[in-house]
Amino acid sequence: MKRTVTLLALAGMALAGGPAALADTVVRIGFAGPLTGPVAHLGKDEQFGAQLALDDANAKGVTLGGQKVRFELMADDDQADPRTATTVAQRLVDAGVKGVVGHVTSGAAIPASRIYEQAGIPSVTPSATSPKLTRQGYRTTYRVIANDLQQGTAMARFAVEVLKAQRIAVIDDRTAYGQGLADALVDSLKQRGIAPVGREFTNDKATDFSAILTKIKAARPDAIFYGGMDAQGAPMLKQMKQLGIAAKYLSGDGVCTSEMIKLAGAAMSGDVYCTQAGIPMDKMPAGKAFNERFTKRFNVPVQLYAPYSYDAANALIEAMKLANSAEPAHYLPQLQKVGFKGVTGNIAFDRYGDSRDGGVALYQFSAGKWDVRP
Amino acid sequence: METLLQQTVNGLVVGSVYALIALGYTMVYGILGLINFAHGDVLMVGALVALEAIRLIQLHAPELGLVPTLLAGLAVAVVVCMILGYTIERTAYRRLRNAPRLAPLITAIGVSFLLQTLAMIVWGRNYHTFPQLVSTTPVEPIAGVFITPVQIVILVVSAVLMIGLVLLVNKTRLGRAMRATAENHRVASLMGVDTNKIIAATFVIGSALAAVAGVMYSSNYGIAHYAMGFMPGLKAFTAAVLGGIGNLAGAMLGGIVLGLVESIGAGYIEDMSFGFLNSSYQDIFAFLILGIVLIFRPTGLLGERVADRA
Repeated sequence: MKRTVTLLALAGMALAGGPAALADTVVRIGFAGPLTGPVAHLGKDEQFGAQLALDDANAKGVTLGGQKVRFELMADDDQADPRTATTVAQRLVDAGVKGVVGHVTSGAAIPASRIYEQAGIPSVTPSATSPKLTRQGYRTTYRVIANDLQQGTAMARFAVEVLKAQRIAVIDDRTAYGQGLADALVDSLKQRGIAPVGREFTNDKATDFSAILTKIKAARPDAIFYGGMDAQGAPMLKQMKQLGIAAKYLSGDGVCTSEMIKLAGAAMSGDVYCTQAGIPMDKMPAGKAFNERFTKRFNVPVQLYAPYSYDAANALIEAMKLANSAEPAHYLPQLQKVGFKGVTGNIAFDRYGDSRDGGVALYQFSAGKWDVRP
Repeated sequence: METLLQQTVNGLVVGSVYALIALGYTMVYGILGLINFAHGDVLMVGALVALEAIRLIQLHAPELGLVPTLLAGLAVAVVVCMILGYTIERTAYRRLRNAPRLAPLITAIGVSFLLQTLAMIVWGRNYHTFPQLVSTTPVEPIAGVFITPVQIVILVVSAVLMIGLVLLVNKTRLGRAMRATAENHRVASLMGVDTNKIIAATFVIGSALAAVAGVMYSSNYGIAHYAMGFMPGLKAFTAAVLGGIGNLAGAMLGGIVLGLVESIGAGYIEDMSFGFLNSSYQDIFAFLILGIVLIFRPTGLLGERVADRA
């Protein structure tokens, strides 16, 4: 009898590992993103962001179902590749993670989301912005950053409230991206009681826009919005100037590039605006303090989306706290009710799993570069 | 009214570039019965070579003025494209001259892919900024119509080249030989015409026109890219068919008509269809006109002569 007790005690100590973790239950959170390859710096950045969130929760101490828990991050490399992403997702599921922060890119997040859905494990992406990701009807797919559609909404608000534009013409390139962006803008304008003065279309191989621009010119617009990419956006802006159109030029992140500045050259002016999903760190409520803590902990500055990754991990932890359980089946419904002040802003989700308050940054062209507007 | 005039000017500018490219298609078709699908890509090579030449000139001889730099770049592009046109004819098409008609057609598509891929390897996938050496700032608007100096240059150069080509074909010895070869190259060769030389000359002239069109196209839009030849090539081919392929005047008319139809179509399709159609149908509109013309005139607007060829 005595021998059995000793054995049990020994076994218990062996299982528990370190002395600090004696009484703790370990909850594993997965992280998936490119840790090798050309965008590896962004993947590592997000991994650190998630790590910091778990460290903070462990330091504070979280108790779920009367049991003190310790969070552990299990990071895996999806190489930003759709096929590798599904392998990684399966590996994380098999390892028994309770939730996933990731993936980093839309191309990887979309195929991986199906595997998490089948396993019933929630995943929160810090940086994949494709609207398609959250429109697959999955219960387990969430994101903390604005999607591409929310850019259209943000631009509509800016055009009407800040630029005081009333007569807005809209052009898109009929791609899923361009059309989605333009439709979101038009919807948002309609909610403000504004109908676009022109709605024209082109394609993603076109170079001549003089016919549609001439038509729009006759409607005397204050602003022209283009949903599409820089390779069309630049010649379009040039042709606006050639036709003597003085309207402001608005666009989404497809045009918010250094390539646009190069291609449009002298046609760029302070009248050119664009949006990008995700707000820059110095505009985040707790951005500065976060960057300091992050740099101190990992000896590297924040690259880009680490704050979003931090908030994504915290969204999972908050839902677990609400459910008082780390079991995916129990805390998944609670993700819908999560609401807290994160580093990047308010974190709460709509019925699709998209961020309610998805941050969109607005840029204005100024002195040779895109300048973020407050 | 102002808008209609502006759309007409837009259409004329676009249409005259189409016309210039269409001439290359139609000349080759008239003589060989071959649709040279690589023609649009010769235009692309012309634009990118000119871009490279202009960059070099600006680097090593910046004191050269804007217009001389452009002309020098253009000259380099024209020479390179002439050599390219000759090489394509000599290596890809000549051996297939007596093969079934499908073989040279497929070869033409192959040459098109080859040129695009080579250009992608040399110049990369990125869009390049084409230096706009002729001003793109609109001149003082006339009756509310805006036109830029580069567009005026395009209209004038296209007109001059088209007239020049017509004179060449109708008034010179080379032109007579070309017409003879087009009519019947076996008989022409029996009459002492070196048909191989004439066919090569046709490709060389067509490629030179494509190079000019490419440089003008890029100067107008300020952009150059390895796949830029595809769309204008396709449109110019349509223009050639619309005007009556094989007929020089038809290519010019077809180009101008297509430019105008596109421009005015895109501008008014919504009003004309009572809001049922919009500008995403602008290409359909152009092809609808083509279809209607071909139903009533199967050989195109001016295409009597090709009736026995088709």
